[in-house]
Amino acid sequence: MSGEAGQQAPKASGPRATTSSWRASWRRYRREHKWLRWAIPLAIIVLAFSYPWWGLEGPLSFIFNDGLGIDNDTLFNMSVYVMLALGLNVVVGYAGLLDLGYVAFFALGAYTLGWFGSGLFSTRDIHFLDTNATRLPGIHLSFWAVVILAGAVCAFAGVLIGWPTLRLRGDYLAIVTLGFGEIIPDVFRNGDSIAGHNLTGGVRGVTQLDRPGFGDTLHNATGGILPVRYNSLELRPWFWTILVMMLITIFVNLRLRDSKLGRAWIAVREDEIAASAMGVPLMRTKLWAYAIGAIFGGFAGAVYGSFINGIFPTGFSFQISVIVLVMVIVGGMGNIWGVIAGAMLVSWLNFRGLDKIGEWINGGIPGSGNDIAIAKYKFGIFGGLLVIMMLFRPEGLIPSSRRKAEFAEGEGTATLYDVRT
Amino acid sequence: MADAGAKNILEAVQVRKEFGGLIAVNDVDFVIPQGSIVSLIGPNGAGKTTFFNILTGVYKPTAGGVIFDGAPISGLPPHKVTALGMARTFQNIRLFHNMTALENVLVAMHSRIKGGVWRSIFRTPALKREEQDARERARELLAFSGLPGREDAYAKNLSYGDQRRLEVARALASEPQLLLLDEPSAGMNPEETANFTDFVSKLRAEHDITVLLIEHDMRVVMGISDRVTVLDYGEKIAEGLPKEIQHDERVIEAYLGTAATA
Repeated sequence: MSGEAGQQAPKASGPRATTSSWRASWRRYRREHKWLRWAIPLAIIVLAFSYPWWGLEGPLSFIFNDGLGIDNDTLFNMSVYVMLALGLNVVVGYAGLLDLGYVAFFALGAYTLGWFGSGLFSTRDIHFLDTNATRLPGIHLSFWAVVILAGAVCAFAGVLIGWPTLRLRGDYLAIVTLGFGEIIPDVFRNGDSIAGHNLTGGVRGVTQLDRPGFGDTLHNATGGILPVRYNSLELRPWFWTILVMMLITIFVNLRLRDSKLGRAWIAVREDEIAASAMGVPLMRTKLWAYAIGAIFGGFAGAVYGSFINGIFPTGFSFQISVIVLVMVIVGGMGNIWGVIAGAMLVSWLNFRGLDKIGEWINGGIPGSGNDIAIAKYKFGIFGGLLVIMMLFRPEGLIPSSRRKAEFAEGEGTATLYDVRT
Repeated sequence: MADAGAKNILEAVQVRKEFGGLIAVNDVDFVIPQGSIVSLIGPNGAGKTTFFNILTGVYKPTAGGVIFDGAPISGLPPHKVTALGMARTFQNIRLFHNMTALENVLVAMHSRIKGGVWRSIFRTPALKREEQDARERARELLAFSGLPGREDAYAKNLSYGDQRRLEVARALASEPQLLLLDEPSAGMNPEETANFTDFVSKLRAEHDITVLLIEHDMRVVMGISDRVTVLDYGEKIAEGLPKEIQHDERVIEAYLGTAATA
């Protein structure tokens, strides 16, 4: 985690100086105009929420939408991954704990929905504010309760796993979390007869999951604005729901970053021994990071499982852990806006961009035979992207000023004399 | 002995630390009277820093115990020792380099402010007030330690002398009764050292803080210490007033070697 990662790109003084002066004047402008502090985020939020009106048709539609239906709704997937990346950012970016098994919490969140919002336990008949059209067998809690429950289950699991493992440092922690990320999907795969009970549906997974919804009462009370239950034909409520959850995630991230706990995370990342000598309890601080990261993973998992209406052990592979980590690193570890940008870029490439680029190449280059499947080389491309990033911009696309300082080793460290004395 | 009747803020009883076959600290008895400035000296490798690490909870002693402010603390983790009122600086500066000076100080207030995850997320009025107070106090401490106006500088961009000052400011932020300074004047020029000596005296006078000092610079040690303890090969070889120590045969021997071997 320290700053010796590779060579710095050579710094050309000319163009760099102009960008920084441009940035400085922008910063000054922003300071002088306080209203920009809320106007810019508000504009972005409005733009994002109104996307279904301006983005699905017209010149921008090709970016996200391919009109093929539910599994291909790129924007929804992107939002899920933004949530995952923000959750992992707490663990990796703030507290500096390399977690290679983050997918475990994503899976656990999804399976929580399987347990409390599907017909998996069909011999039970427990209902609580669910919005299904008929009274289905199984446990059916209100979807929103299940989402919160998924967060709680993941937080608990995070603490349970973190308790023994967070004593390890650096590489050792990475290896243990890697193992954990492999074990959890395996447990779900083989969980169809634990002591004679089918707990996970085994390789067949869980299907027919409950959908979010607000029920008849709220539907009528709001004049039909809030849908009774979401369906797979009308995708806009799904998109807005995940946007709201994303906003909550961002909000919590921001608030915690600037809190006592956020400072303690960074201190632990910087120097564990000094941090504990200054009164920071190491275990508790790390466990909080782990638990909060896990909660967001759980939220994302529950919504995602409901959206694709099926949870399968094969859907939670190591690749997801890696790709979320790549998002965090490419975007700029520790900086929320960087992580969001990184997550959007990488998940867009993953779900849509590489296909689109492939189409352009196949359509645009005569004699290419129209059959280069770019998406097949996805991991090669991501690997290459990561290498290029590490060489030329190791601090990420939009780094925090702290992270930037970290990589600018040697610029300010060697003060030869004390100017003030 | 200074203030024979005063209460001891810290007592180490027969403290022993072994690393495998090596005895780093050998059954050392040691007391710090409240309100005093005590120095711990000794040649390189004498076990001074190891002893420090035992007092602050980084190491658990192999045998013996440490009593701080009337309560046994050996075996407690460092953050609990800090919460009880003991703070330290490090021989090789260990600031949080990529945090600002202000943030460094704020981190050290960890055990003194309540925070709370829920209160932080919702940023309750009480929490806001607490944060503001903490920042205000941090600024005061930085100014007191000779770093006014450097709040937003990254620790690693401070000059060496300022980094030393920041380490002290950070330690003070945890509101200690006992401050442990590990070679604070290392690398300072004579003028900075003199300033620093004044600063330590001021600390005791204004903040009522007891100080334990590991130091190599004899001018500092002899100038401000009430008592001096000398370690050599993990054993306490002398203890007393600075003047006594200066003329102690065994101390001279430890530092300069005996006539026979010289």
